[in-house]
Amino acid sequence: MAAPAPLLEVKNLRVEFPTRRGTLLALDDISFSIAPGEILGVVGESGAGKSLTGAAIIGLLEPPGRIAAGEIRLEGQRIDDLPYEQMRVIRGRKIGAIFQDPLTSLNPLYTIGQQLVETIQTHLPVSASEARERAIKLLQETGIQAAEQRIDQYPHQFSGGMRQRVVIALALAAEPKLIVADEPTTALDVSIQAQIISLLKRLTKVHGAAVMLVTHDMGVIAETCDRVAVMYAGRIAEIGPVHDVIHSPSHPYTVGLMGSIPAMDEDRDRLAQIEGAMPRLTAIPRGCAFNPRCPQVMDRCRSERPDLMDAGPTRAACWLVASKVRT
Amino acid sequence: MSANLIEVRDLAKTFDVSAPWLNRVVERKPRQFVHAVDGVSFGIGRGRTLALVGESGCGKSTVARLLVGLYAPTRGEVHFEGQRIDTIKPGAELRAVRRCMQMIFQDPYASLNPRWKVLDIVAEPLREHGLVAGAEAQRARVGELLRSVGLAEADAEKFPHQFSGGQRQRISIARALATQPEFLVCDEPTSALDVSVQAQVLNIMKDLQKSRGLTYLFISHNLAVVRHVSDQVGVMYLGRLVELADKAELFARPRHPYTRMLLDAIPDIHMSGRSRTPVQGEVPNPLNPPSGCAFHPRCPHANDRCSRERPALAEWKGIRVACHAVEEGRL
Repeated sequence: MAAPAPLLEVKNLRVEFPTRRGTLLALDDISFSIAPGEILGVVGESGAGKSLTGAAIIGLLEPPGRIAAGEIRLEGQRIDDLPYEQMRVIRGRKIGAIFQDPLTSLNPLYTIGQQLVETIQTHLPVSASEARERAIKLLQETGIQAAEQRIDQYPHQFSGGMRQRVVIALALAAEPKLIVADEPTTALDVSIQAQIISLLKRLTKVHGAAVMLVTHDMGVIAETCDRVAVMYAGRIAEIGPVHDVIHSPSHPYTVGLMGSIPAMDEDRDRLAQIEGAMPRLTAIPRGCAFNPRCPQVMDRCRSERPDLMDAGPTRAACWLVASKVRT
Repeated sequence: MSANLIEVRDLAKTFDVSAPWLNRVVERKPRQFVHAVDGVSFGIGRGRTLALVGESGCGKSTVARLLVGLYAPTRGEVHFEGQRIDTIKPGAELRAVRRCMQMIFQDPYASLNPRWKVLDIVAEPLREHGLVAGAEAQRARVGELLRSVGLAEADAEKFPHQFSGGQRQRISIARALATQPEFLVCDEPTSALDVSVQAQVLNIMKDLQKSRGLTYLFISHNLAVVRHVSDQVGVMYLGRLVELADKAELFARPRHPYTRMLLDAIPDIHMSGRSRTPVQGEVPNPLNPPSGCAFHPRCPHANDRCSRERPALAEWKGIRVACHAVEEGRL
């Protein structure tokens, strides 16, 4: 796990939302790292905290949400406590971001070219004409035909898939070391989704950027990522190499999650289902957050919270792993 | 073909998307039409499930709405139990037909009235059709319906916001079952749900189909889900059916190039690291569809004939495909 000098290191991250009725704990003791050039997938159901983890890293937590404990380090430098202006410089230059909806992440009043040139000139010391040249090259790289003409068009003149290509070009504009991609393909059709995923994979390899890919789609994770973190109720349930998490998961939640996905290569009359639903933030159970839904729950799970521990090739937060009663 | 519960022949729906009259006159713009559904025919046998798949804008949801009568067809016929239903005038006869077919919508957050208790939501069809008289009898029937979808009788007193997405979708299913329909149209019933919850809803739908002999039209863009629930699959592209076949046949030997492309585009969780050939191009603008076969600009097997002549849906060994390349044996 501990590759030499990780690019991004998140340690014991805790995010809270103070509300009138008390403080909600949205992320609780999240620790992971991303090596240079690595693609880490973060998967989980809605409300698990996966997008929030991404937002905390790029410093865009919506108030009143705040980082209550822990630290985030990029190339060894702490970035979670930086003042807003300094974080602005890092965001874009060192960390690029891609969001779910390509329509809302582009400004409808400016041409694609104006937005790209502004981003490039904000972060790199180049002239306007150099920036424009670079913008055209980026658009060509993302597979946009006739980039010289299309650069002067507005976002509404692009289709959904093309817009997402522009957003990828924007994220790569200043050659960041890390890209946080939050559900980049969820709003797209399957055939376009495949194009965007392979583009993202190819371009980050060419530019040597690491990616944190947040998605709820296990298929996208399997095709794209090196490692994957499975999140549940604001905590990491299991983390490890993609192949091991998919084929020999240790945490009962990961097992259930994998079983509930309809597969293309086998026929089952019924899908495995996890009873119940993820707890709300206001009512996270004591001990292991998954214990009311867990088919193998033990007494200890109801009182004591498990930390991530070694479970073969992966690391899982589960007392079953500790007691070696592996499934 | 009389064995089919529902039978659709040459169904079409055209939407007028022209600019307002004054703009047309002043700016000399012609009228504009979108052919959302253009000549679709299929039948669904009793107790079976037909799935319609396709990308956004292919007309699959319009077909669903045409079947239950939320839109009036521009052309074509809809037959239910041998009776033509698209021409029935509003009245007692239409109400009787509508009682037999119900719809489940995609978004369980938008399809339940937030100000009504679950009791009122599920009892609404009972009252509307005058099926169960008396508040006590209605309450008992609602309790029974809620139990059949895995909820508790006491949930009838709650409001929709007290339920999670999966539970809300079960309430929609309970409401759809209230009139004891034979035919359910499900328009993307699980695409707003998380996978573990999606599994719960799909399992309930399958159980209900077995116990009540329900017939489903299942609309989805997710091929893995379609493969799990359906008996027959119809693939739609720009308002037309391009392939219609039994599930096993379609997934084992897809014929139409578009079907092959869709199957190729699915990320596969069990073949980590497999590289797949990404699909080229995008769905064209339906306002201005390509000539001939609508798929020809993206098709690797297209030739001259494909760009001129529109292929008809030809039946062959129980598989129906609309493709010149397949017909000529080039594919």
